[in-house]
Amino acid sequence: MTLANDAPLSRYRTMRRIRTFEERVGELFLKGESAGSMLHLSIGEEAVVGLTDHMKTGDTFTTHHRGHGIFLARGADPMRMLAEIAGREAGYCRGKGGSMHIADRGLGHLGANAIVGGGIPHIVGAGITARNTANQAISVAFFGDGAMSQGILYEAMNMAALWKLPVVFCCINNQYGMGTRVDRSAGKQAFPARAEAFGLNAVRADGADVETVHNDTQAVMEGARDGHPGFVEIDAYRFHGHARMDKSPYRTPEEEAAGRDRDPLIMARTTLDDEAALNTIDAEVTEEMDAAMAGAIAAPVPATDTMFQDVYDPTTPAPQPQRARLASVLEELN
Amino acid sequence: MTKTTYRDALRKALLDAMAEDENVILMGEEVGLYGGAYGVTKGLLDHFGANRVIDTPISEPGIVGAAIGAAMTGLRPVAEIMYVDFAGMVMDQLANQAAKSRYMFGGQIGVPMVLRTQGGTGRSAAAQHSQSLEAWMMHTPGLRLAMPATVSDAYHLLRDAMRQPDPVVFIEHKGLYTLKGEISPDPDAPWGQPAIRRDGRDLTIATYSRMLHETLTAAAALAPEVEVEVIDLRCLNPLDDTVLMESVRRTGRCLIVTEAVTTGSVASEIAARVTEQCFDWLEEPPLRLGGEDIPIPVSPALERASIPDAMLIEEVARWLVTREAPSWAA
Ligand SMILES: Cc1ncc(C[n+]2csc(CCOP(=O)(O)OP(=O)(O)O)c2C)c(N)n1
Ligand SMILES: [Mg+2]
Repeated sequence: MTLANDAPLSRYRTMRRIRTFEERVGELFLKGESAGSMLHLSIGEEAVVGLTDHMKTGDTFTTHHRGHGIFLARGADPMRMLAEIAGREAGYCRGKGGSMHIADRGLGHLGANAIVGGGIPHIVGAGITARNTANQAISVAFFGDGAMSQGILYEAMNMAALWKLPVVFCCINNQYGMGTRVDRSAGKQAFPARAEAFGLNAVRADGADVETVHNDTQAVMEGARDGHPGFVEIDAYRFHGHARMDKSPYRTPEEEAAGRDRDPLIMARTTLDDEAALNTIDAEVTEEMDAAMAGAIAAPVPATDTMFQDVYDPTTPAPQPQRARLASVLEELN
Repeated sequence: MTKTTYRDALRKALLDAMAEDENVILMGEEVGLYGGAYGVTKGLLDHFGANRVIDTPISEPGIVGAAIGAAMTGLRPVAEIMYVDFAGMVMDQLANQAAKSRYMFGGQIGVPMVLRTQGGTGRSAAAQHSQSLEAWMMHTPGLRLAMPATVSDAYHLLRDAMRQPDPVVFIEHKGLYTLKGEISPDPDAPWGQPAIRRDGRDLTIATYSRMLHETLTAAAALAPEVEVEVIDLRCLNPLDDTVLMESVRRTGRCLIVTEAVTTGSVASEIAARVTEQCFDWLEEPPLRLGGEDIPIPVSPALERASIPDAMLIEEVARWLVTREAPSWAA
């Protein structure tokens, strides 16, 4: 089909894949197949695809705990992601990390992080690597509005500006950090201005429209590749609760309705205005995600002794299992 | 007496202390409007207002640092960090600032604050949200450390913590919030001292926090064949070991059960003390039964397997006393 070459349609497809994927994550939880309930859906934030479309093979990135969509946009296999979220051996991290710690070195994903702000400084180091090896790669840190309150962000932005690193700080402002709306966590809400104060190129993009995000972030992304670090704020809305157990009692139904009206998928459908093509994409995506879901659920859980693997490099000894230690002590006594 | 939960006992402790002393303030992420990530502070904002129940940005070092300053200048802050894992972010404020002020400044400036947090496994919360980091706190002179295992202790230890002249780290367990029990009129033991939760003559098991319950289950299963004395340490820094040593001298055997990584743990410290102080009374070496020396994996099956449970405690205890080896040791 010619659709694949059509960038806006392809961005719609990626956004649809993210939305449907996240719906499946919700179902995984309801079926009791997910590893725990700390699952953070990125529904409402799909327009980040406008930014990730400026990234290339070889680029690296880190994400926050709400990073499923970003990784899908960067080429993740949804089956392996769902398997990881379900704590299965077939998952990206062998069932060790789960939803909040998905990573894949090959696809440039240096790791999702459950410490708010934890992954941000890693792009500074990736930027140094890119500079020293002249590999043309950029590195992007994705984080939420909540991380705008973490001191480490400011340390990292300053270093990036000081050393002119090919990096971009991308804040996905979904208006909430858990139950705290951003006006209750920021003394002043001019996030791009904070980055500008450090000497970064900064822009705010409307997360209701993926094409706007794509256009408005182009200069910052290209600037980063030329060694001028950037900052992007994507203005979005968190459609659902913080994690699976959160019913968002701290916000009104009216506010939620208004937030969900700013739906990047609906906006894209309106702009693309090709019902038949869009419905075909939707159907294909549903099929893809159903297959991924079935594959993940059928995947076996890791064998118990795998828990000792990956603490250290496999060429060095793994930690001694407790039962082995106890057995040697107690046998000694006999 | 009516039953309540660990969560509600904690809330009652905060409520009673705040009603009694207007200098007590709470600060932390989601402690106000949201009512606490685990619901402990629900309703307190309405009771005491935003000057005393302070919702903060996601700025852990800032939260702890601000609490230190408030404590230095006359308030009684109870700061909260949502997961003990975030101690990784606040250890400077905690260990270099709060713990050392009184000493560095020649006794002039105390830091009477409580840092409430919660830890432990059981929710598939993975490597950065499931740790048991009490050893970090125990390794820091100047900090006090309490870890309640029961509903009554949730209340009394928190009340006692808020009366201390020095910083107290107060670590709850995420798996205990729904535990039901009664708040007894008086604490089960004075602040700083362990409580004997079960009498026995064959073996002393020292434990604390959620592992108390696994240990009591194991002890019940072992009786009458093996009679276990179960000691709930409650306060780990400073560690008052008098009761424990008396018990070990009576039983001649000691097993220490914790959920934390075993190497360099509270269990290690206790095993060393038992060896030093009870050497001549010991039938067997003191034994540590703790978490595996690994980060906590997300997969529920692996997570469960990475820490002790009642069955493992029972097997090791029986082996220690009767020499009957469990199947995995054969
Ligand atoms: C250092 C740290 N503090 C607190 C938390 C608990 N927590 C997890 S997500 C979250 C809100 C984060 O908000 P934001 O950065 O806006 O991301 P969002 O969830 O909205 O995507 C909080 C407070 C954490 N995981 N790490
Ligand atoms: Mg947010």
